[in-house]
Amino acid sequence: MKRLFLVLTLLSLLLAFSVPAFADSHCMDDLGCVEIGPDDPIVVGAMLTVSGATSFLGEDSRGGIEIAINDRDGMVLGREIELVVEDSLCNAEGGVSAATRLAADDTIVGVVGTNCSGAAQGALPIISSAGMLMISPSNTSPSLTNADTDAGGAYLPGYFRTGHNDLFQGAMAAQFASDVLMAGSLATIHDGDPYTEGLAVVMADTFAELGGEVVFQGAVSKGDTDMTAILTEIAASGPDVLYFPLFEPESNFIAAQLVNTPGLEGTIMMTADGSLVAGFTANTGDAAAGIYMSGPSVSGDAYDEFLAKWDEEYGGVPPSGFHAHAYDATNMLLDAVEAVAEEQDDGSLVVGRQALRDALSAVDGYEGLTGALTCQSESPFAGDCATGTALAIFEITQAELDGNWPPPIVWDLSMAMMEEG
Amino acid sequence: MFKWRTEDFSWVDFTIDVLRVLIVLAVIIGSWNTLSSGRISFAQWVNLFIAGLSQGSIYALIALGYTLVYGILLMINFAHGEVFMAGAFSTVFLAEALNRTGFLNTQPMLSIILMILFAGLISMTVAILLERIAYRPLRGSPRLVPLITAIGASFFLQYTFRGLYGSGFKAYPQVKVLQGTVPIGAINIPTVQIFVFVSALFLMLGLHWLVERTRVGKAMRAVSENKEVARLMGIDIDWVIMFTFGVGGFLAGSAGVINGLFRPQGVNFFMGFIPGIKAFTAAVLGGIGNIPGAMLGGLFLGVIEAIGPNLVLAGLGIPGANQLKDVIAFTMLVLVLIFRPQGILGERLSEQKA
Repeated sequence: MKRLFLVLTLLSLLLAFSVPAFADSHCMDDLGCVEIGPDDPIVVGAMLTVSGATSFLGEDSRGGIEIAINDRDGMVLGREIELVVEDSLCNAEGGVSAATRLAADDTIVGVVGTNCSGAAQGALPIISSAGMLMISPSNTSPSLTNADTDAGGAYLPGYFRTGHNDLFQGAMAAQFASDVLMAGSLATIHDGDPYTEGLAVVMADTFAELGGEVVFQGAVSKGDTDMTAILTEIAASGPDVLYFPLFEPESNFIAAQLVNTPGLEGTIMMTADGSLVAGFTANTGDAAAGIYMSGPSVSGDAYDEFLAKWDEEYGGVPPSGFHAHAYDATNMLLDAVEAVAEEQDDGSLVVGRQALRDALSAVDGYEGLTGALTCQSESPFAGDCATGTALAIFEITQAELDGNWPPPIVWDLSMAMMEEG
Repeated sequence: MFKWRTEDFSWVDFTIDVLRVLIVLAVIIGSWNTLSSGRISFAQWVNLFIAGLSQGSIYALIALGYTLVYGILLMINFAHGEVFMAGAFSTVFLAEALNRTGFLNTQPMLSIILMILFAGLISMTVAILLERIAYRPLRGSPRLVPLITAIGASFFLQYTFRGLYGSGFKAYPQVKVLQGTVPIGAINIPTVQIFVFVSALFLMLGLHWLVERTRVGKAMRAVSENKEVARLMGIDIDWVIMFTFGVGGFLAGSAGVINGLFRPQGVNFFMGFIPGIKAFTAAVLGGIGNIPGAMLGGLFLGVIEAIGPNLVLAGLGIPGANQLKDVIAFTMLVLVLIFRPQGILGERLSEQKA
């Protein structure tokens, strides 16, 4: 008798928990649905670096997201868009806490973020197991799109990004240094951040494969202002090219101090999209002239228009180089919501979570500010929407010192193919 | 030195002795390896040394603020790095304006003096407000309380300035006359580094004169000796403490401008954090509460940081030696705390001060 009672209790409990799934006849989605009442807004989450030393990244992305929302007059499917921003800092712990808070809110359709690859590693397991999706504007670590956990891969379903995988950007920089600049020797500097270290390593490896000699691989730490010591050490090996894919201000310090370092007069400087920032030339001074930078080919009228909106909205220029990626990520997410949402008879909306992921995976040739985006689904590029074809090399010239931005494109992959063909 | 097999054998003493020997060995072997490899020329060593002196004189100016306040209140003002930031960040806009009108390069000395006064004034105001609002109401409370308040004030200042000026980076414009180098013998020394060192020296001499030769300096020394007796002698303690914060703030603000001439880039709301910690290290290194100690500690730290990674760490074959610059600075702090807690010039503190 006692046992029967127990079994009955358990059964009734089980039923009680499964009732909502049975009762919910509209939702046919494997991962469940976001249900939005007739008068409720559509809620978009964001995990950004809101506080701390790298908060310029968060401010930069947030501007991109807000401009994307403003461009739709704050509406999608006739409803208002509400943005919920959580601080994911620039580390795994921050990613965990931001993702936990967003995952607890079942009205959120999708999340834009994180800024730092480290934060994404903390956030992704939570977002993925909650059935949600995240699109990062600025993660670049190759591990995030690699599903092979034995090789250090951290990919989980529901992850997308519009930032460029280091594998694309580092390799492209190496090809440019080797084929166009005809460099024979290379030195690299990173700052211990997964982004800078990933780029420096990929660049060095590819450069060596192409037949060049890597003479120095070193690092500075974030917050260093005095680069004399490391530059003196590099001068001892006198490389043709110095690659320092850092953020501001470390990249400013290196560029400005390199000019005064004896032995590095002939060295060509190259950096990456972390420094492809409108303030870079003003912050570096005359030493910026002649620096090559890799990054998304953000140029043309659409980008100028974006910058004009930024100036109008926030004044000045974006503080970092990933605002256009954030703009594209937000638009892709909102487009997917538009495509997937089903309106019910009572006026409410049902958005399938798996359907939303599928819609993003199916993005093919989307023309964004950062070039054509095609989301891939095969590891090691699972979730990479920036395919690398829209990357370009820019050169800082006197015109940029006088205030022009973005700088002219001097080389891109289509030119590489022409040279080969 | 070694006390094993005796009655009073202590593992702590033993470990410290071993540590002492290991450090000396590491320094000797590292330096020997580097110097015998000849990887870096004599001229380059001199350049590193001078750059270290310039950086060190900026640390010293900030360190003076820590030491002055500690000397008088026995508290560590951990928001002092933000006082430095306040002056440096605000003055970047003045510098840009001066540069736009061309005044900066037609009247460089006048502009720099103007900038130093402006930054000093801003930092002084911030420091005085900090004392009045955050520290004075807590005077007399347990020592942990103002320490926690200082950390809170530090965050408050950082995010206030981010709110005011944004989170992006700014840079000081270049001053044309300070570009280029001065040949001394066979070695070219950057003009700006000489300028930085000399102007920091002037400010320190000014402080020395203020403390040793003026009435208010006498009052400061009296308060630092014994607050109660000073009060009985008719000294307005509150005013002297405020004045001390103001002087420390002025020095930090001028350090902000001098730093802007030396390392123009990287001006943002977070820029005070690392120099603040380094300067605190310098103050402890020299003997906290001791004014010449802070100057010496700052210079010493700057030089160690510039030369240490290349001389010792690279010689020991440690990869990424330059990334470990901060490790050298903070290892110095730990070593001083272990072997000479009173600092290089510090006297043994009496019970009351320690």
